[in-house]
Amino acid sequence: MRHGRTRSVDSDILVVGAGPAGLAAAIEASEHGATVSIVDENARPGGQLLKQTHRFFGSERHQAGTRGIDIGSRLVATARDRNVDLILDTPVIGIFNGLVVAVNDNRHFLSTRPRRIILATGAAENAISFPGWSLPGVITAGAAQTFVNVHRIRVGENIVVVGSGNVGLIVAYQLMQAGSNVVAIVEAMGQVGGWGVHAAKIRRMGIPILTRHTITEAAGDTHVEQITVHEVDDRLNRLPGSEKALEADTVCLAVGMSPRSHLAEMADCAFTDVPELGGTIPIHNAIMQTSIRSIYCAGDVSGVEEASTAIEEGRLAGLGAAFSLDLVESDLYERRAAICMKALDDLRSGPFGQQRKTGKDAVLREYDEYYKNR
Amino acid sequence: MNTTRTDDCQGIRKSGVLSKEELENCKGMPSEERLKRGPIAVIECSEEIPCNPCEANCPRDAIDIGGVITAPPHLLEQKCVGCGLCISRCPGLAITVVDLTGERSDKVSLPYEFCPLPEVGEIVHAMNRTGKIVCDAEVLTVKNEERNDRTAIVTLLVPNGYGMEVRFFARSGRRRN
Amino acid sequence: MTAAFDKRITDHPILGPLDTTEQCTIFVDSKPLIARLGEPILAALMANDIWITRFTKKLGAPRGLFCGIGLCNDCLVFVDGLGCVRSCVTAVEEDMSIETRTNEKRRF
Repeated sequence: MRHGRTRSVDSDILVVGAGPAGLAAAIEASEHGATVSIVDENARPGGQLLKQTHRFFGSERHQAGTRGIDIGSRLVATARDRNVDLILDTPVIGIFNGLVVAVNDNRHFLSTRPRRIILATGAAENAISFPGWSLPGVITAGAAQTFVNVHRIRVGENIVVVGSGNVGLIVAYQLMQAGSNVVAIVEAMGQVGGWGVHAAKIRRMGIPILTRHTITEAAGDTHVEQITVHEVDDRLNRLPGSEKALEADTVCLAVGMSPRSHLAEMADCAFTDVPELGGTIPIHNAIMQTSIRSIYCAGDVSGVEEASTAIEEGRLAGLGAAFSLDLVESDLYERRAAICMKALDDLRSGPFGQQRKTGKDAVLREYDEYYKNR
Repeated sequence: MNTTRTDDCQGIRKSGVLSKEELENCKGMPSEERLKRGPIAVIECSEEIPCNPCEANCPRDAIDIGGVITAPPHLLEQKCVGCGLCISRCPGLAITVVDLTGERSDKVSLPYEFCPLPEVGEIVHAMNRTGKIVCDAEVLTVKNEERNDRTAIVTLLVPNGYGMEVRFFARSGRRRN
Repeated sequence: MTAAFDKRITDHPILGPLDTTEQCTIFVDSKPLIARLGEPILAALMANDIWITRFTKKLGAPRGLFCGIGLCNDCLVFVDGLGCVRSCVTAVEEDMSIETRTNEKRRF
C-alpha cells in the first residue's frame, strides 16, 4: 500500500461527520469564534440530507416544508461562509488517546489533536436475514435512497419494501417517484409503524401494506426473481400455509438503524443500552457532552431520531464545546441552550415522540449516575 | 395490485387508510353544509405529529394548530376560500381542495409529485384512499408553480359524489374527445 | 427486470433532468462502457445492467449492492489490478479497468 505524507489540521474543534448534526455543530461553534474542521468519509457533505427529497415536518425553526436536500445545501453553504474547514473523502479510522487519525483520499494520513471533538457519525441500517438475503437485489432502504436520489440509478423494477416505519414508507414513495413499482410493503407488526400521512400517500397509490407479514425467502439464480412472504402471529411465529408469492426483483430492508459509535468506543466513552434509540448510545448530558470531557456527540450516533433533532443537538454540541473553550458568555450560552432544548422537546412531543423522549431522559440519567459514582 | 381489504375499516394505524369514523372526527374535515357552498380545503391529518406549515402559510388564518405543534390541524371553514396554497405546503401531502358545487361534476385539486405530469384534457383513472380505481376523471388544470417547490397541483373533474372519495389517479393513455 | 427498463433516472419530479454531458469510458471485464464522470463504479455497473460485483470464495455465491454506503463489503471489485475496492463509494475515472465476478483473494 502506498503511504502518503501526513497532513495536519490545527482547529479548536474537530467535527466527525458532515451530516445535519455535524454541520449544525460546526456552524454554531464557529459563530462563537471557534476554528472548526469537519472531517467526512463521503465525497460530498450533507450526510443523509443528500438523499431526502421530501419535505421536512416540524415548525418554521426546523425549516418545515423545505425539502431535505435543500436544507442540506443551505447548511453546507452556511458552513462554508463561516470558514468551516470541510475535509471530504476522509474517513476517521481511530481516536487514540485524543489523537484523531483519518485517511484522506485513500492516500494520506491526517492526524490531529483537537481541543474538542464532536462525534456526528450518524447511524447505519440494520438487516434481517432470511434464505436468499445475500442475493443481488436484496438491499437496505438507505442503499435504495442513495442510489436513486444521489446516483440517479433505478435499483429495481418491482420492489418489496420490508418495514412500515417512516423510513420504509418514505422510501417506497421515493421509489415510485423514481419510476420503479413498489409491489407491497411488508410489516411484521399488526399495525403500521410510521405516521399516518406517510402511509396514506402509499395506500392511495395502490400499494398494499401487508401487516402481520414477513419475508420467508428471496429466490433467484444470480438475482432476486421472486419473493415469498408469510403471515405471523403476535409473537412473530409463522402461520402454516400462509405463504404468498410476490413477483419482485428487489427487496428493500427498512428495519431500523443503529448508531455508528465505534469512534466513541475507541475514545473510551461510557455507553448505555437504549433500544428506543437504536441500541448502544454514548451517555451524554443535556449539552451533548459525553463521559469524556473533551468529546461531544450529536445526531443519530447519540440516538436514532431524525434530521431536525440532529440539527438541534448539533447546535447544542457546538455551543457546549465553544462554551467550554471560554468563547461564549454565560448569558448567551444559557439562552441559546434553552432555545435548542425547547425545540428538541417540541420535536419529541406527541405519541410518536414519546419513546424517544423516554430514551433520551434515560441517557441523561445515566450520565448523572456516572458522575455521581466518581 | 389494488385491494380493498376489510382491514381498511380498521383505520389509519392498522391499514394506513382513515376509516369513515376517523374522517368524520377529523378536525380538518369541512362540514356537509360548507362543502355545498364552494371550494374548500380538506385536511386529512388526524395524528399528533410535530408539524405546522399549513397553519403558518395560510394567508387567511383558516387553519389552527396553536402553540403545541403536535395538535392536529383544525380547519376554520368559514375563513377558508379554497385557494389551495396549503396543498403544496403540507409535508405529508394530506390536503386536497374540493369543489362540490358543480351540477354534474365535482372538482378535486390534489398534490402530485411524479413525472411526466399529466396534460390538460387527459382522462385518468381516479383512485380512492385505498388505491382502488373508482371512476374516470378529466384533467382540468395542471399547475407546477415555482413557489410550490416541485409539488404540482392537479385539478380533476370527477362525477358528482366522488369529490370526497378521489384522492389520487393513474394514467390511462386516453384523452377527452 | 425487463430489458427495456432504463436504469438511469433521466428525469425526476424533484431532482430534475439528469446531466449526462460529462462522461468517461471505463473497462469492465475488458468491455468498454460509458459512465458518468464522478459516479461510483457500482452506479455505472448497474446502469449497464451489471448487478454482480463478485462471487464469494467459499460458496461461489453472487454479491452486489447491499448497504450502498461503503460499510458491508458486498460490492468489492478489482480496479486496475487492485482488489478490495468498494465499488459503491469509489468514483469512476477515465480508462479505469474493473474486474467483476471474481472470487479471488485480494492482491496488491
